[in-house]
Parts: sequence; C-alpha cells; structure tokens
Amino acid sequence: MAALLRERPAKSADKRSFRRPAGAKTERIRFRDRRSRALFWLMVPGLAYFVLFHYGALVGNVIAFKEYIPFEGLWGSPWTGAGNFQRMLEDQAFWDAVFNTVWIALLQLVFYFPVPLALALLLHSLTWSSVRRLVQSVAYLPHFISWVIVVALFQQVLGDTGLLNSGLDGMGLHTVDIIGNPDAFKPLVVAQVVWKDAGWGTIIFLAALSQVDEQQYEAAAIDGAGPWRRFWHVTLPAIRPVVILLLIMRLGDILSVGFEQMLLQRDAVGPQAAEIIDTFVYYQGIVGGDYGFAAAAGLFKGVIGALLVYAANKVAHRLGEQGVYK
Amino acid sequence: MSATARPGWMEKPKPATQAAKVLALVTVVLLVCVPFLVIVSTSLASQEEVVANGGWVLWPTSPTLQAYRDILDGGIVTHALGVSAGVTVVGTLLSLACTVTLAYALARPGVLGGRPALLLILFTFLFPPGMIPNFLLVKELGLLDSYASLILPVLINVFNLVVLRGFFQGIPEELYEAARLDGAGDLRVLCTIVLPLSKAALAVVGLFYAVAYWNSWFYASLYLESDHWPLQQVLRTYVISGVSMTDTTLGDGAVNAPQTIQMAVLVIATVPILLVYPFLQKYFTKGVLTGAIKS
Repeated sequence: MAALLRERPAKSADKRSFRRPAGAKTERIRFRDRRSRALFWLMVPGLAYFVLFHYGALVGNVIAFKEYIPFEGLWGSPWTGAGNFQRMLEDQAFWDAVFNTVWIALLQLVFYFPVPLALALLLHSLTWSSVRRLVQSVAYLPHFISWVIVVALFQQVLGDTGLLNSGLDGMGLHTVDIIGNPDAFKPLVVAQVVWKDAGWGTIIFLAALSQVDEQQYEAAAIDGAGPWRRFWHVTLPAIRPVVILLLIMRLGDILSVGFEQMLLQRDAVGPQAAEIIDTFVYYQGIVGGDYGFAAAAGLFKGVIGALLVYAANKVAHRLGEQGVYK
Repeated sequence: MSATARPGWMEKPKPATQAAKVLALVTVVLLVCVPFLVIVSTSLASQEEVVANGGWVLWPTSPTLQAYRDILDGGIVTHALGVSAGVTVVGTLLSLACTVTLAYALARPGVLGGRPALLLILFTFLFPPGMIPNFLLVKELGLLDSYASLILPVLINVFNLVVLRGFFQGIPEELYEAARLDGAGDLRVLCTIVLPLSKAALAVVGLFYAVAYWNSWFYASLYLESDHWPLQQVLRTYVISGVSMTDTTLGDGAVNAPQTIQMAVLVIATVPILLVYPFLQKYFTKGVLTGAIKS
C-alpha cells in the first residue's frame, strides 16, 4: 500500500513532462497575462461569496431607515428617515441591553482575561513536557464544544438537582440556586466563558512565551536572579505586547458578548438579567417582526463597534504596539 | 521525575511550589473531565438508578445502552444526526475549496485585483452586516428552509482565510518558480505542490470549519422548519428549553427516563468532536496558528 502511494506522484510527474513541449511555446509568450488570469478565476468563487453575502447583506441595512411591511418587501417599504433610531434611543429596554452587554464584557475582562494568562504561565513553567502536552490537550478541548452542550453541561452540574447541589445536600449543607437565578446569571456566564475558552486562550500567550530566548533565563540565573526576578524581568516583558494588544482588542469589541450563550439562557432568567444588544435585535426583529427597528439597533452596534475597533487600534499604535491591522 | 528536562542553571523547585502546581493542574483536568463523565455515565445508567439518585449518576452500577437504542431507532434524533453529518461534510468540503482557492490567489503576488479584493474582505471583518440584513438576504434569495441556508451564508471565515494565506505565503518562492519552469500552471502548482505541503494548515482549518458546522444551531433555528433541524438545535429544544420529548420524537418502544435520553443525545452530539480531536490537536501545540495570529 505504501509502495502504491509512492508510485502515484512519479507517474503523474511523467505525464507532466510528456505533455510539456506542446504547451511550452504559448506558455512563454503569454506568461504573465495567463498566470494572472488563472489566479483571478481562482478568486472568483470566494470573492462572489463576500460580495453577495457580506456586501449584499450590508445593503439590506437600508431597512433600518424604513418601516418593514412584509408584502412590500425590502424595497417597497416606506421610508421613515431616522424614525427607528429615535425610537431606539428612547427605548429603555434598548439601554438596558446596552448596559448588560458592557457590564458583562467588563466582568469578563476582569475575571476571564487573567485566567488564560495565568494558565499559560503555569503550563510554560512545567519542565515535564509530556504532562504539559496532556494538560494542554485537555484544556483546549472545551473550546470545540458547542454552546448548546456547554449550557446543558452547566445545568447538569450546577442545576437544582445537579452534581453540586446533590453533593451539598448529601453533606447536609444549604443548596445554592444558580441556574435560572437572575442574580447569579452574570457570574454564571463569566464562569462558562472561563470553562470553555480559558484553555484555548493560552495558545497565544504560550506562543509569545516560546519566543523567549532560553539563554536570557540562563544569563539572568547566572547573574543571581531567582525565579521571581526572572519572571519579572524576562517573562513579563516578553508577553507584555500580546497582553496589551489583546486587552485593547477586547475593549474595542466591548459591545459583543457571546450571542449564542445569552440567547440559550435568556428565557430561563428573563431579559432584565440577560438581554444584550444582539438578543435585543433578535427578539425585536426575528421574533417580533419589527425588522426596521431591530436593524437600526444592529446598525447602531455595528457602527459604534467599528469605531471602537478603529480607536483601539489607534491607541495600540500610539503605545508603540502592533495593532490588529496597520 | 527523571523525565524532566530541567536545565542545569534552574534551581530545584520547592516542594510547596510543586504541590501547588500539581493541585492546579489536577483541578483544571477535573473541571474539564468531570462534566463529561457525568453525562456519559447518566446516559448509560438505568431509569431506576437515575431517578433514585435525583437526576444524575457519576458511575452507573449496571450500564445499559437502552437510551441510545431508543433515540437511534428512527425518531427525530436519528434524522437530526443525518442532517448534522450531511451539512458538516458538504459544508466543510465547500468551505475548504473556496477558502483554499481564494487564499492561494491572494497569497501570490501580482494577481489582477488582488489588493482591492483583500481590502474588500478585511473590511467585512471590521463591519459585519448584522443579523437582520442577513436574514432578509437569505429570505430574498429563496434559501429559507433549505440546507444551503446553513452553508452558503457562512461559506468563508475570514480568520481561516488569513491563516491559510499566511501559510501559503510561507512556502518558499523557489518552489513556485521551479514548478513554473517545469511548465506547471497555477492550478497545477496548487494541487501538486502547495496543497501537499500544507497538510497541517488544511487539517486545522478543516477542523475549524467542521466544528463550526457541527456545532451550529442558531441559523437552523432561524431558517429551517423543525422537521429539518440538525442535532444541536434538537438538543437545544429538548434539553435546554425543556420541551418534553414525546413518543413521536423517539423511535418505537421508547421506555427510558427522559434524563438518560437527554444525556444520550448530549453524548451523541459531543462524540464526533471527541473522536477527531486527538488526531488534530497535535497541530495546535505545534504552532500552525501562531504565525497567522501574529500577522
């Protein structure tokens, strides 16, 4: 079998060299032109996707300035100017959603962001490489589990009859009300993000840590620096740019928190605790049928979000770091 | 601890530090593994045991596959499994094909319209169209209630595109030149030189696409009627939203406790990922992604 596999490329190479003389002349004459044209055609399917499903959809944002009437469709519906935006700005539910979004994003920044960094430092400090690889593999795994399953897992472990509560009950302790409790919702969603993505988040830090020249540590150690001083003077400077870049990117993306995660759990705790901008758009538009109004809220988020990313990038450059783009 | 590779200059770690590290690592591993253990065990337990234990089991005393037999007996879950598998396979192949060709063209210098195309694509990253316009577009295109609505709107992921382009750019220019001197066209260079050299990157990007298609449920809830739903959306409806499964949703003769059934669905939705993961995770630790993340 292995021999067969090795045979095949040789055969096709023969065929190629056999064919070559016939096409060689024209090939040389129209070299640049043909090459570029072939590559252009390779781009077409992918580009068509972006043009249709991104720019085509982008045009659909005109609905934010209209009142959507189903049988009139997108183009036939009457214009309302900034009417939808005015309604949105006067809607308390919208501002509650904005507040929830920013609040959850900030909670994540404080309680999620340091976890992958700490985990990466821990992993990096392990000298036993097989243990290190094992823990890495286990820690990356939850990233690939869907939000549906993650939420179901948390229900199983932290729910009324779940692992934690029946354990507490068995020991004669008070049970805790976590799933379905609006007051516990925000810590819960942060904990879910930590469980799902903290391991995966270590990748970028580990990459930065692996760039450090081992000799720097050795030199520092010979100069008498203990583990803490080596950490402070060698490790930290090495990961500082990545940390700052990620922090700035997260701040630029502050209007986005996990949409699927929130949508899955919003009904259990109510909109007061769980409505974010994206779920607001979903419930107003898809569920409520008020497409114009919902699109206005979505467009608002899109424009502010893009401006924030742009600003964050500027700040990154100002601080002498590489931004997301140049 | 003879397997450690501690360099000579490094101090012997203090026992307290060692213990703290071990404790932290064990905690991480347990936090990830225990929830999976609970769902697998519960799905394998008998109805009586689950009820007696209040809804979950950590280690079934008399394991049974009854729950799996019930849901794989031709009900909604069986159909949903087929839908998920089909969408994942077709979607991943289509996505890979389109991403590879686009990434390859954008990785070569001097393509007609390459620069504007790149800007056009990167801009979509900064400013996504939004949920409502996407929904209206799918509706206008007549894709509602078709499986194409789960694939076409998310055909190419910009991050994956950038990863592949970065990888293609890392292939030495001499190889391209040599192939061209041998008379190979761009398509042939792609197939016989670039793709075989990019197996690691293709595996990673393919995994990302496959996982995304397999895990996707929101678009299904948006665009599809309930009898066409994939597994994750079925799971969401019956496990998270707590809609009870009736006889019609299961195969004939379903007699098991709802809890074991739910956990069995959960396991079936997770297992494909657990199966492919070990084969692909080595690429993550090898740093296929790091170059792309930096650029």
